[in-house]
Amino acid sequence: MQITLRVNGVQRTAEAEPRTLLVYFLREQLGLTGTNIGCDTSSCGACTVHVDGESVKSCTMLAAQADGLSITTIEGLADGEQLHPMQRAFQENHGLQCGYCTPGMVMAAVSLLDENPTPTEQEVRLGLEGNLCRCTGYHNIVKAVLACAAEQSGSTAGSGASA
Amino acid sequence: MSVMGTRVQRREDPAFLTGANRYTADLDEPLLAGALHVHFVRSTIAHARITEVDVSEAAAASGVVAVYTAADTVAADDLDPFPVAIPGMIPDALARPWIAGEVVRFVGEVVAAVVAETREAAQDAAELVVVDYEPLEAVVDPVEAARDELLLFPDHGTNTALEVPFGHSGDALFEGCEVVVDRTVVNQRLAVCPLEPRAMAVTWHDGRLVVFMSTQAPHGVRNRLAGIYGLEPEQVRVVAPAVGGGFGAKINVQADEGLLPWIARRLGRPVRWAETRGESMVSMPHGRGQVLRVEIGGGRDGTVGAYRLTVLQDAGAYPSMGAFLPFMTRTMAPGTYAFPKVECNVKAVMTNTTPVEAYRGAGRPEATAAVERALDLFAAEIGMDPVEVRRKNLIAADAFPYTTPTGAVYDVGDYAGALDAALEAAGYDELRAEQRARREAGERLQLGIGVSLYVEITAGPAGNQGEYAKVTLHRDGSVAVYTGSSAHGQGHATSWAMLAHELTGIPMERIEVIAGDTDRVPEGHGTFGSRSLQLGGSAVWTATEQVVEKARQVAAELLEAAPADVVLDTDRAAFHVAGSPSVVKTWAEVGAAGDIAGPIGEAPTGQPIEAALTFTADNATFPFGAHVAVVEVDTETGRVELRRIVTCDDAGRILNPMIVEGQRHGGIAQGVAQALYEEVRYDADGNPLTANLADYAFVSAAELPAFELVPLETPTPVNPLGAKGIGESGAIGATPAVQSAVVDALAPHGVTHLDMPLTPERVWRAMTTV
Repeated sequence: MQITLRVNGVQRTAEAEPRTLLVYFLREQLGLTGTNIGCDTSSCGACTVHVDGESVKSCTMLAAQADGLSITTIEGLADGEQLHPMQRAFQENHGLQCGYCTPGMVMAAVSLLDENPTPTEQEVRLGLEGNLCRCTGYHNIVKAVLACAAEQSGSTAGSGASA
Repeated sequence: MSVMGTRVQRREDPAFLTGANRYTADLDEPLLAGALHVHFVRSTIAHARITEVDVSEAAAASGVVAVYTAADTVAADDLDPFPVAIPGMIPDALARPWIAGEVVRFVGEVVAAVVAETREAAQDAAELVVVDYEPLEAVVDPVEAARDELLLFPDHGTNTALEVPFGHSGDALFEGCEVVVDRTVVNQRLAVCPLEPRAMAVTWHDGRLVVFMSTQAPHGVRNRLAGIYGLEPEQVRVVAPAVGGGFGAKINVQADEGLLPWIARRLGRPVRWAETRGESMVSMPHGRGQVLRVEIGGGRDGTVGAYRLTVLQDAGAYPSMGAFLPFMTRTMAPGTYAFPKVECNVKAVMTNTTPVEAYRGAGRPEATAAVERALDLFAAEIGMDPVEVRRKNLIAADAFPYTTPTGAVYDVGDYAGALDAALEAAGYDELRAEQRARREAGERLQLGIGVSLYVEITAGPAGNQGEYAKVTLHRDGSVAVYTGSSAHGQGHATSWAMLAHELTGIPMERIEVIAGDTDRVPEGHGTFGSRSLQLGGSAVWTATEQVVEKARQVAAELLEAAPADVVLDTDRAAFHVAGSPSVVKTWAEVGAAGDIAGPIGEAPTGQPIEAALTFTADNATFPFGAHVAVVEVDTETGRVELRRIVTCDDAGRILNPMIVEGQRHGGIAQGVAQALYEEVRYDADGNPLTANLADYAFVSAAELPAFELVPLETPTPVNPLGAKGIGESGAIGATPAVQSAVVDALAPHGVTHLDMPLTPERVWRAMTTV
């Protein structure tokens, strides 16, 4: 069947079997391999993307269900060469090692701050419970998310806008 | 200005953070065009005779190119048997078949390989393979397996895969001891769980075997595959693209991986394979899996007189590296303690379970957990504070190098210093006071405090094979560093650039680091056993020193000065005559001139300046530390919450504190996970109960606190960097500290020991039944 999505701001159309999961569609039909697969029980969160602005594990959704929707993957998060503040915070705080969980973790973290711009450490930990990482012990991931929150709430507080 | 010891951010990160990096499953190299997909059909029964494998329906399915069974691999005249892990040590009779044909010995063993045009077609057809099993009784518990009542390999006559007696003096060992404690503790089996499961893509091209693989050791894979397929190592190219974690499970070549080149050659097409997590949980080697009997004796003053450790290793169905883990356990059996008498005997047995290999720590966490438990049990028996007992028995800081009764030569250490630092940071006395107050008040949430000390062995054993580096100065003054280390998250590209920059002054962005491709790096050993900085880094350091020395001689030619008078100013990245800093030769000028071929004083020949070498160390290094864990135990539900973990981990001189802390964090999390959550479980028939990430209690951010790290740097004399390994420390120290803390919280209930993981059920039962 033919599936049309808006991915990272670009309209994309491809053929796929009806059973194709969104994550495979992104990786194999659209060549967006930044989104990784780490499990087969929707436990690890490595495949987290944004669907119409909400974070979704892309293994929990058929590509067909995403037909007509707007998807953002890790490839579409930066503004050209300019890393997203969350990407920058991960680098500055050494929030990644092998990098495999990173795309999903970053997408989940961006979504977490969208919903709660000034989380406590415990709220970050609970908010990222569905994203597994084997390398970092989560310490620097949590630190990165809190640093990004502080930076963004600081800058948005100045402009009076809400994130 | 020196870059050593500074927090240089990782150059690797932008590619990872934007999804631009390619893991093995992501590759779309032209070499892999038209690749077929392999899907392995795996045994669903732990122990059974195979009576029939019917692949006819699968072979006829749409998109299927071939289906292979044991009949094919056994009959093949172009495939030798899969070799045992260490020939001579493991009997050939225990070799793992490429594909099981007569008997399956664990759930997950390969019974057929389906090859198809697409991943989906291969998966679908795999469902059509019909295997008839005649079930056999399974043996899952290593203690039961050791009784040899039920044999995995009847022809072998025993389930023991490896046993090396080191001597056993019976009760005499404890002669003169006022108190002897004897206890058996379990170091449970764990799933390694790198976030990227195994993956491999293979093709034959121009008579060469080309392999892309998620591996920690591309050169080891190259040599192993060359051996299996009768090739010279130069005829095999192994590339490790981005690798999503390894933790010990991606060092070796497993039988399923080793078979892929044969399939690709048979079909004359590239093949690719990426295991699913469910597949990985039963077919990627597991870790740990030891039953340890600890016997400890000493005086009521807290002085230990003798310690005996008896290790029973569960090697899984086919003994490989796991059978050798107990030797590491034996080496580190006495830990940080100056016990006068130590005995350690080891044995590895086979069970109807997934084979066991290395997992972060690989034999050392087991040694530490055992000796730390033994000391706690001894302390409880004589009614002394466990910290006091430890202090009385620690190896003194002035005793190094220290030769242990099990034959290790500890390079350098300050165990009491680490203990003091950790206790002070934790506020040990205050914690004990709070514990007393909560006990007296009968609070529902009781406090437990656990202290562990550890020493481990890295880049060992002594006489290790070292690591390779080549450093090349290009004509434009940029540098290429070729390394045999193969990173999968450790940040070598950043660290090795720091080292080359430190010695040359060349900006780090002008220093390229090349790794993970056996065609570009001719030699290497890889990244495991916490070896990389101390061996691979020392190799880069030493090769760079040689390049600087050659360059200085070239600069002397260009400056028309005596080489002895020429100095390198690393702040300016230029050479000049000492005392005349205004006339300089830059790295680009020296690089353009090239090497001097003959003795000093002859004209430059124009060949690039470079140095290549393998750095070997005379001894392993022995990182050490102390961990303090604080837990709250809910006395009504048995739920344990880790409140704090304070660690002092000494890895010698630190190159990049940010990276070192990251290694500690990861290890601590895995160590905590072993103490509280994770365990690979089987039922009595050998059916896995934790075969996916929904059932396996993989630790998440929500179960962990922020970690409190205390710095300590005791440089080792063993290598020029003064560096020891840091990759595994956290996982070694944290587990016994947390385990001890939970037992400590339960002390008023009369509990002196509980096996891991300390689940609410286990804790609750302990409180209600003792």
